[in-house]
Amino acid sequence: MAPLSLALAHCLPELILAVGVLVLVLFAAFRGKEPDSLVSEIAAGLLGAAIVVILLGGTSNAIVFDGAFIDDGFGRFMKVLTLAGSLVTLVMSQDFLAAEKIDKFEFPVLILLSTLGMLMLISAAGLIALYLGLELMSLSLYVLAAFQRDNIKASEAGLKYFVLGALSSGMLLYGASLLYGFAGTVSFAGIAETINGKASLGVVFGLVFLMTGLAFKMSAAPFHMWTPDVYEGAPTPVTTFFATAVKMAAVAITLRVILTAFPAIAQQWRQIVIFISLLSMVLGAFAAIGQANFKRLMAYSAIGHIGFALVGLAAGGEAGAASVLAYMAIYLVMTLGTFAGILSMRINGAGVENISDLAGLARTDAVMAFFLATMMFSLAGIPPLAGFFAKWYVFNAAIQARLYPLAVIGVLSSAVAAFYYLRIVKIMYFDDPAPAFDRPAPAPRIVLAASGILMVFLFAYPSFFTGATLAAAKSLF
Amino acid sequence: MFGFGILSCIVFLPLAGAGFILALRGNDKATLENARRAALGTTVIVFLLSLYAYARFDPSSSAFQFVEEKGWFGHGLVYKMGVDGLSFPFVLLTTLLMPVCILASWQSIENRVKEYMITFLVLETLMVGVFCALDLVLFYLFFEGGLIPMFLIIGIWGGKRRVYASFKFFLYTLTGSLLMLLAIMAMYGVAGTTDITVLLQTHFPPSMQKWLWLAFFASLAVKMPMWPVHTWLPDAHVEAPTAGSVILAGVLLKFGGYGFIRFSLPMFPEASAYFAPLVFALSVIAIIYTSLVALVQEDMKKLIAYTSVAHMGLVTMGIFSVTPQGVQGAVFQMVSHGLVSAALFLCVGVVYDRMHTRDIAAYGGLVARMPVYAAVFMIFTLANLGLPGTSGFIGEFLTLIGTFKINSWVTFLATTGVILSAAYALYLYRRIIFGVLDKPSLAAIRDLSWREAALFAPLTALTIFYGVYPAPVLEASAATITSLIKGYDTALGDNKTASLFRPRAE
Repeated sequence: MAPLSLALAHCLPELILAVGVLVLVLFAAFRGKEPDSLVSEIAAGLLGAAIVVILLGGTSNAIVFDGAFIDDGFGRFMKVLTLAGSLVTLVMSQDFLAAEKIDKFEFPVLILLSTLGMLMLISAAGLIALYLGLELMSLSLYVLAAFQRDNIKASEAGLKYFVLGALSSGMLLYGASLLYGFAGTVSFAGIAETINGKASLGVVFGLVFLMTGLAFKMSAAPFHMWTPDVYEGAPTPVTTFFATAVKMAAVAITLRVILTAFPAIAQQWRQIVIFISLLSMVLGAFAAIGQANFKRLMAYSAIGHIGFALVGLAAGGEAGAASVLAYMAIYLVMTLGTFAGILSMRINGAGVENISDLAGLARTDAVMAFFLATMMFSLAGIPPLAGFFAKWYVFNAAIQARLYPLAVIGVLSSAVAAFYYLRIVKIMYFDDPAPAFDRPAPAPRIVLAASGILMVFLFAYPSFFTGATLAAAKSLF
Repeated sequence: MFGFGILSCIVFLPLAGAGFILALRGNDKATLENARRAALGTTVIVFLLSLYAYARFDPSSSAFQFVEEKGWFGHGLVYKMGVDGLSFPFVLLTTLLMPVCILASWQSIENRVKEYMITFLVLETLMVGVFCALDLVLFYLFFEGGLIPMFLIIGIWGGKRRVYASFKFFLYTLTGSLLMLLAIMAMYGVAGTTDITVLLQTHFPPSMQKWLWLAFFASLAVKMPMWPVHTWLPDAHVEAPTAGSVILAGVLLKFGGYGFIRFSLPMFPEASAYFAPLVFALSVIAIIYTSLVALVQEDMKKLIAYTSVAHMGLVTMGIFSVTPQGVQGAVFQMVSHGLVSAALFLCVGVVYDRMHTRDIAAYGGLVARMPVYAAVFMIFTLANLGLPGTSGFIGEFLTLIGTFKINSWVTFLATTGVILSAAYALYLYRRIIFGVLDKPSLAAIRDLSWREAALFAPLTALTIFYGVYPAPVLEASAATITSLIKGYDTALGDNKTASLFRPRAE
């Protein structure tokens, strides 16, 4: 067993956040100033420090804390994505929170706590650690969803997310206990060793329940019901958080559980993943068509995109896992950019969320319209934007794994989905101008522009990026 | 040149021009004039560059020339450019039509001039890239990327039903292309690379070829467009601004035929032979049906759009005859159609700019007020119906001869289309140009301005020149197409020999 100091070195980013958040909450409470921008700044600093520690830290892989916590290339890759999602969300939400008068110091604290849960979730090497991380993340999210407590929609979103989230946690626990019962161990490696080709009915049941719980967190159909309401009801910064950091962590743990605990029964889990993926892609494509609220539309879009990412998981193998990583990285940037656009939609100090409010944006704010259009084309997967390469990776993995029907239905639903992304471009470019937005805050604008530039120019120098995803995916096998 | 190959310069120079216009500030008259001039200057320089490349191009070789290769994505995806006798005529066609388009929009585009010029320059990069790309993924990148600027051109500067037309255009093309993308991935799985020169040497198993062929067909047939997936074209043409129609008819429609010759024939020879009857049937239907439809159109642009579908029917027919005459005729027909239909849309644009209507019924007797226009329109109408002495004749004639050797019935039916084309073209001409000029709105209509005359001059010259002396285009593509057909015959021959020796399955 590794000495404690070595174990602690492997979870340094988590330590920074854990200690930091505890000190921060005391610090903020004693200062008693409200609003307190210093707390947000420190929180952002902690997130940034965690990223730096991961990027500069060791590249050795280890399982520590009695097989509960794993530090590997895959985990570090996904942690950087998660932390980046949290950090950018936190930075660009400041002006929104201030304008809505919900800039309380609990917001950054809850974001930090939730992110800490995500990091633990990503590094979980056993069922207990998985559940711990998941609950730490979810409990903070329940509060965040209802953060705008005077708003009836936000309260509804929080309640809905809580009730359904508790249900899914229960299912996940049930699945975990079945797995423990039939495999006799909670560690993923141990489960993989015990199963070894013969899947007893109990294990398969456990797998199904576990997948249910995880699909809920990923907002994959048919466990997506909460997504549109929560996306629409929650304050936009919280929605951004749901759409970026939470997605990264949920997809990461799904990949880790499936690929490290059940490699021997690929037949069984592949059916489930294909089913979830197909349903998500088709539902995401068709259900978004009728949406008028931008956030709600992005919720269905998120469901569809999770379906696309799962195509890569269904393909399996190193190439499949690497394709999911590439997909999630590109999706993170696209989503951050899009939500930066939504955060900038304010007229006379009040936030607006309908896509019709974007009418004629190309004439009132050409720069924002251009970058938002870039996001839309990228989400639709049109080359040469990065969204195309995301789709190229996952569908290529599926084709190489001979999952032809899945790939064909996938690309056709992406053609359907292109319709509603195009509709937003149409509203911005073809329609007559609606009232212009207020002068947007600098942070969302910079995020939008930066992600737009990243999406446009990824094709110019992609080998660095593909190398990183492949290296990260290798550590899972 | 500047560390890039000449092809990269031709492809990416328009982007530099677009960047320059993007940097222009202000919206006053002088700035807009500068934007127009910058766009014109860029496209002219690109055209001159491609002429320079043409001077150094060796038409006797069937190999790819000016090849440049750089690492790109790893895993067998490379940045590779090159042209051969098949693609080079299209590169020249594109770079020639671009300055014409910019000049044609000089006065007719008044709002959002800078964006318009930028969109066109970006479109030029993507279009030339399609013909130069020697990597399938790179090809797809340019091929699909072109949708975005065209979507914006139709949607922003188009007519009344522009939104409908732009969506239809985008979604039709995207759906087909995504299937092609899956086929590209499957080919990548077999060959381990998407380098076109390697794929041309790869033999795909015949059962797989059929699926790959169908997937490519889904994309290329929509682009072509072939009956019955041609319905986006009339809408797109009618709603697009004049220059958009010119590019659509002149260049974008050529992607389909180019793809068939570049990919379908040499990479999937067995499947091409297997599906040739299907293509013949669709082509014949396209030729006869759309010609008949063209006869009853009330809108000038729509009429010309339908004639495009009919002419493209001849192209697909020629390609899948896989005879030297047929394929060369198809290439020639595409180049000629690029010039003639582009000029016809410009002709419509000329009167549209004056009268703001495309209704045929709104015109009549224009010859009295616009003699020069009547003469120009006459030349292109005759070229469109394939009169000997114009470029239209050569292409039609060659494709028909090429197909006659393979299937005389198909040729017979296709030839009725030639008669019909005379009917609709002359009928259109009579209604617009001849008759009595009795409509009061036309009383003060002006003839071609110098700028407009300058647009038509190169197109007229080339149409007649190629009609009398088609050798430049035919010679440029001869070596490539001969080796392509030889490879095709060898592939089919091998297969036949193999099946002769194969014991019966039972």
